[in-house]
Amino acid sequence: MIRPILRTLAATALLAPPASYAAALEGQAVKQPLNITAILMFLAFVAATLGITYWAARRTQSRADFYTAGGGITGFQNGLAIAGDYMSAASFLGISALVFGSGFDGLIYSIGFLVGWPVIMFLIAERLRNLGKFTFADVASYRLDQLAIRKLAAAGTLITVAFYLIAQMVGAGQLIKLLFGLDYQLAVVLVGVLMIVYVTFGGMLATTWVQIIKAMLLLGGASFMAFMVMRHVGFSVEALFEQATAVHKDGLAIMAPGKLVKDPVSAISLGLALMFGTAGLPHILMRFFTVKNAVEARKSVFYATGFIGYFYILTFIIGFGAIVLVGTNGFYLDAANPQGGLRGGSNMAAIHLAHAVGGDVFLGFISAVAFATILAVVAGLTLSGATAVSNDLYAHVFKRGKANERDEIRVSKIATVALGILAILLGIAFEKQNVAFMVGLAFAIAASANFPILLLSMVWRGLSTRGALLGGSLGLVSAVSLTVLGPAVWVKVLGHDSPIFPYDAPALFSMSIAFIGCWLGSVTDRSARARIEKARYVEQLVRAETGYGATGASGH
Amino acid sequence: MTTKIQARDGSEPSNEVPVAPEILRILESSAFAELRARRRRFSAILTVLMLVIYYGFIVAIAFAPQWLAIPIDGVITLGIPLGLGVILSAIVLTGIYVRRANGEFDALTAQAIRSARP
Repeated sequence: MIRPILRTLAATALLAPPASYAAALEGQAVKQPLNITAILMFLAFVAATLGITYWAARRTQSRADFYTAGGGITGFQNGLAIAGDYMSAASFLGISALVFGSGFDGLIYSIGFLVGWPVIMFLIAERLRNLGKFTFADVASYRLDQLAIRKLAAAGTLITVAFYLIAQMVGAGQLIKLLFGLDYQLAVVLVGVLMIVYVTFGGMLATTWVQIIKAMLLLGGASFMAFMVMRHVGFSVEALFEQATAVHKDGLAIMAPGKLVKDPVSAISLGLALMFGTAGLPHILMRFFTVKNAVEARKSVFYATGFIGYFYILTFIIGFGAIVLVGTNGFYLDAANPQGGLRGGSNMAAIHLAHAVGGDVFLGFISAVAFATILAVVAGLTLSGATAVSNDLYAHVFKRGKANERDEIRVSKIATVALGILAILLGIAFEKQNVAFMVGLAFAIAASANFPILLLSMVWRGLSTRGALLGGSLGLVSAVSLTVLGPAVWVKVLGHDSPIFPYDAPALFSMSIAFIGCWLGSVTDRSARARIEKARYVEQLVRAETGYGATGASGH
Repeated sequence: MTTKIQARDGSEPSNEVPVAPEILRILESSAFAELRARRRRFSAILTVLMLVIYYGFIVAIAFAPQWLAIPIDGVITLGIPLGLGVILSAIVLTGIYVRRANGEFDALTAQAIRSARP
């Protein structure tokens, strides 16, 4: 009953780990004994969040309330919620496990995930808020053909959301088996049902507050663990590293880059996917419409960057702390495994450390937080997918912008339920599959299909509908096909001997193809429509830069 | 009432798309030109800085890992402060942007919007 759980968990945080690392991240998800403390704490979280959903439901009347909490979220709150969307259970467990296993290399991954944020701030955050209302398709289709661009953007959104959701659902099932001692199927159904409840009743307001609470619990828990680690070593960074290198099997090698970066092309391609993929993730982009104006959007990014950076520093301390406190304690090691290793698999480093520094109660707390984290992330993903269906496809494509508000809200709720059920079914269907490539693929599609048309529509006057369609669809097709032909799918999933495309991360190539497609399709476009689209850039430019005429915050 | 757009920045003029007069007044205000020029330059510099810092770090890992392994203080290697430095630089750069945007850029934006009135 070998399950590629840790590949899965790693995947939800780490982009398709290089082959040399895959082995270290694999393990068996053996069902653990029932963990009552963790279950009780998780139930307390569920009760609190259902209370919030009830409160939010009474404040969610209009379309703007449902999609964007009426624009009433502050910059600070939104920064926390964005950080929450980004600090998945897998980035907490996966990165601390990577640090536990190989030290310095864990830092390389977390840095890749962080550096996209400043770029979002400098290039898109304020313009996005000034131009958009509910989805990034509002922005991309601002002066281009509504029907064509919205269909493309909705496809990009739904495909990104689908891959991300599958990875999260499979991760949730595996994690709950490990932490709570419950069944895989039960976990997947529980996550699906709760997320449907949050989103259909509470809309963006409930989804945001669930995310904020979870972010605070996770940051609080991780801070406590890092504090206890530092206390153990007398608050001396040097002592921490000295003790860790003294007991780690790789000794001093954990203080320097190891085998994570194979070659410069892979490294640059992965970096691009992480950096610009973040700027094309629909559930992240949607958060920029929940604040009042560009000023708050700007603050959101600053707070989010700060919280995420702080969190990654904590995971680094936690990983080294686990080397010292967990790796040396026979209680946490797998007696049955001749090679050593942790009980429950290598991704358990942070979980065991929680027990080592805080006993059973704190272990229960961290387990509950890890599960709550997945729940909050899937709620945000589902809401962004449902919004693409109801706002982009139903209201603008099907109803040609003449949808009745109540019908549109009903469609978005139906879409939420449908996406939730689909997520449960896919989660169960993919239980035994290797889904390690899926988050990598989601980032690659976001970087290659969504980001180029979003960015160019805002900053390049010359972009025409034909260019956006050509570039966006080429980006989508190349990101998917290069991933399938690459080592993560062609070799590890389909079982071929060698990959047709040599790199795990296709972004360097698929993004280039997308940008060239946008350019080529636009400069050769001599149609009257293209001329009008270019002329309309002026009005868009003024609004993008100043917010003049931008949709006000709350509709009421 | 709408006015036909007159291109003032070298782009082809168009007579097909009417632009509201207040938009044109913002577009032609000196505050708007100033805001656009300053913000574009500042964003470009910060973006390039972030890319150089990050890819500099990645290139060092790919081509000179032994350089990052140089011990600087006991077992602590050069790579540790550099890696943490990349994290801090991301936070600091966004902070620098917010600081300037909150004062200077917001003031210019308000000024540009005021010029919408005839």
